[in-house]
Amino acid sequence: MSSDNIKLLKNPFNLSNPITVQVLGICSALAVTVQMKPALIMALSVTIVTGFSNLIISLLRNTIPSRIRIIVQLVVIAALVIIVDQLLKAYVYDVSKKLSVFVGLIITNCILMGRLEAFAMSNKPIPSFIDGIGNGIGYGLILVLVAFLRELFGSGKIYGYQVVPQFLYDLGYENNGLMILPPMALIIIGIIIWVQRSYNPNLIEK
Amino acid sequence: MKQLRKIIDNIKPNFQEGGKFEKLRSTFDAFETFLYVSNKVTNKGSHIRDSIDLKRTMSIVIMSLIPALLFGIWNVGYFHFLSLGEDNVSFFEVFFNGFIKVFPIIVVSYVSGLAVEFVAAQIRGHEVNEGFLVSGMLIPLVMPVDVPLWMVSIATIFAVIIGKEVFGGTGMNIFNPALLSRAFIFFAYPSKITGDLIWVSELSKNKLAVVDGFSGATPLGNAAHGAFDKIPDLWTLFWGFVPGSIGETSKFAILIGAFILIITRIGSFKIMLSFVLGGVVMSSIFNIFAVNEFMQLSPLYHILLGSFLFGAVFMATDPVTAAQTSIGKYIYGFLGGFFAIMIRVFNPAYPEGTMLSILLMNTFAPLIDYYVIQSNINRRLNRVKNIN
Repeated sequence: MSSDNIKLLKNPFNLSNPITVQVLGICSALAVTVQMKPALIMALSVTIVTGFSNLIISLLRNTIPSRIRIIVQLVVIAALVIIVDQLLKAYVYDVSKKLSVFVGLIITNCILMGRLEAFAMSNKPIPSFIDGIGNGIGYGLILVLVAFLRELFGSGKIYGYQVVPQFLYDLGYENNGLMILPPMALIIIGIIIWVQRSYNPNLIEK
Repeated sequence: MKQLRKIIDNIKPNFQEGGKFEKLRSTFDAFETFLYVSNKVTNKGSHIRDSIDLKRTMSIVIMSLIPALLFGIWNVGYFHFLSLGEDNVSFFEVFFNGFIKVFPIIVVSYVSGLAVEFVAAQIRGHEVNEGFLVSGMLIPLVMPVDVPLWMVSIATIFAVIIGKEVFGGTGMNIFNPALLSRAFIFFAYPSKITGDLIWVSELSKNKLAVVDGFSGATPLGNAAHGAFDKIPDLWTLFWGFVPGSIGETSKFAILIGAFILIITRIGSFKIMLSFVLGGVVMSSIFNIFAVNEFMQLSPLYHILLGSFLFGAVFMATDPVTAAQTSIGKYIYGFLGGFFAIMIRVFNPAYPEGTMLSILLMNTFAPLIDYYVIQSNINRRLNRVKNIN
């Protein structure tokens, strides 16, 4: 991969992260991060959809009349989301149940429309694909990090496995019920943004 | 006393610019101004300096909390022995028993809160904010006596960082830190702050030793369960011989505190009055409809139950998070009391609504102020227009 492409892939991880810097896709980040498994599946789904919708729109970009471009983009995204949704239902039914409406809502995830409008409409297919994958992973990283913290402190587990030992509970330790509630996810994302910006001062808005 | 001043003066150069411990200057400053009135003089412009700075304001609030604290300590011991059926215990023993239960909570609250304050001040290079002086005392007073200490510590740290330091420290916070720490435990560890077993010390531990017929339920808890015959009479509620959070039970002690706050003009009389008024109005409205027994409870009972008065006197009047304008204070207080009773009666999951309603009004205080100021501007503009 050329250095430009690597940059496209890596930038969304940190400096132009969809959640912490562009502040897109917050809704699903609050809703599906109670446990790690659904968060991971969600991250994977979004990555696939962003990657392929970017690729397809980029291939079509010269034939789409600009007046109806939004509707064309939506059709592509919706088709991909339905495929992903059906796959999830077929192979990981329990997780699909937990994600419920949020897989369908990937269609309205601002990250997708944002990348299509800002990147895929004006770039070649390969860089577009890489950009989509990068943004999906950037989104997924935050999702998994938030889910890790929420699951660890909220239910004492990591990826469904009990990690907080029983003797701690016997000593009086308790799981933090606030971690299960969406407001805490917002606070955790806020703290991540805080930490990130104190490492990268140039991200701080004037 | 002179000896102490001498010691401070001796070590002072170490902490000033160029000194050995220059970095700890803010910490040193905090202790010095805590012990002595600051001798800072304004050197530009004409300013009148009052020696009543933030630290001394806070000290008066602490003083006004002392009656509630002392009664709370005694009450903890009283109910502990009552639950065990031991009734010939001396006053001193009762007080001491309460003291060893309550004191650790106070220490934990202060240590964890001040640690965060000091670290934050050092990082920012600010002076240490004295705002935590009062919060640190309020936090133990709004906790049930059996709350685990590590929860107090986590809740305090959370409240000070997320509720205060994130917004810029003392004077910038949106929410009352003491209430926020209680809300944190309320949502994170609900079993430790609601229910019938936690208000009397060690009730859940020695269940078997408890005398027959003794229940640790608070009067408000009884009301929420529909056990209205178990609510004590008004005088018992007023003096505070009921289980509850440490500082909230005695309305008499709270009124002493209110008196101190009002005559020193540190707590806002307007907020306290309108808060109580809001509660009276809401409970009177409920009285009119009177669909269930809880709604029929008279306003006087509503005000004496639970932490309503404590919230009105010590929590709602927090000068930072309350409304600042004069009319705004009336609106803020009134709505606070209004919603407190509404949450209490309507929501079975939250037996007490004062905490939630004050936190809610904290969010709206800036908005209330904004509209009060805007309407004032408009009125004056109209006056000018009419003259021309």
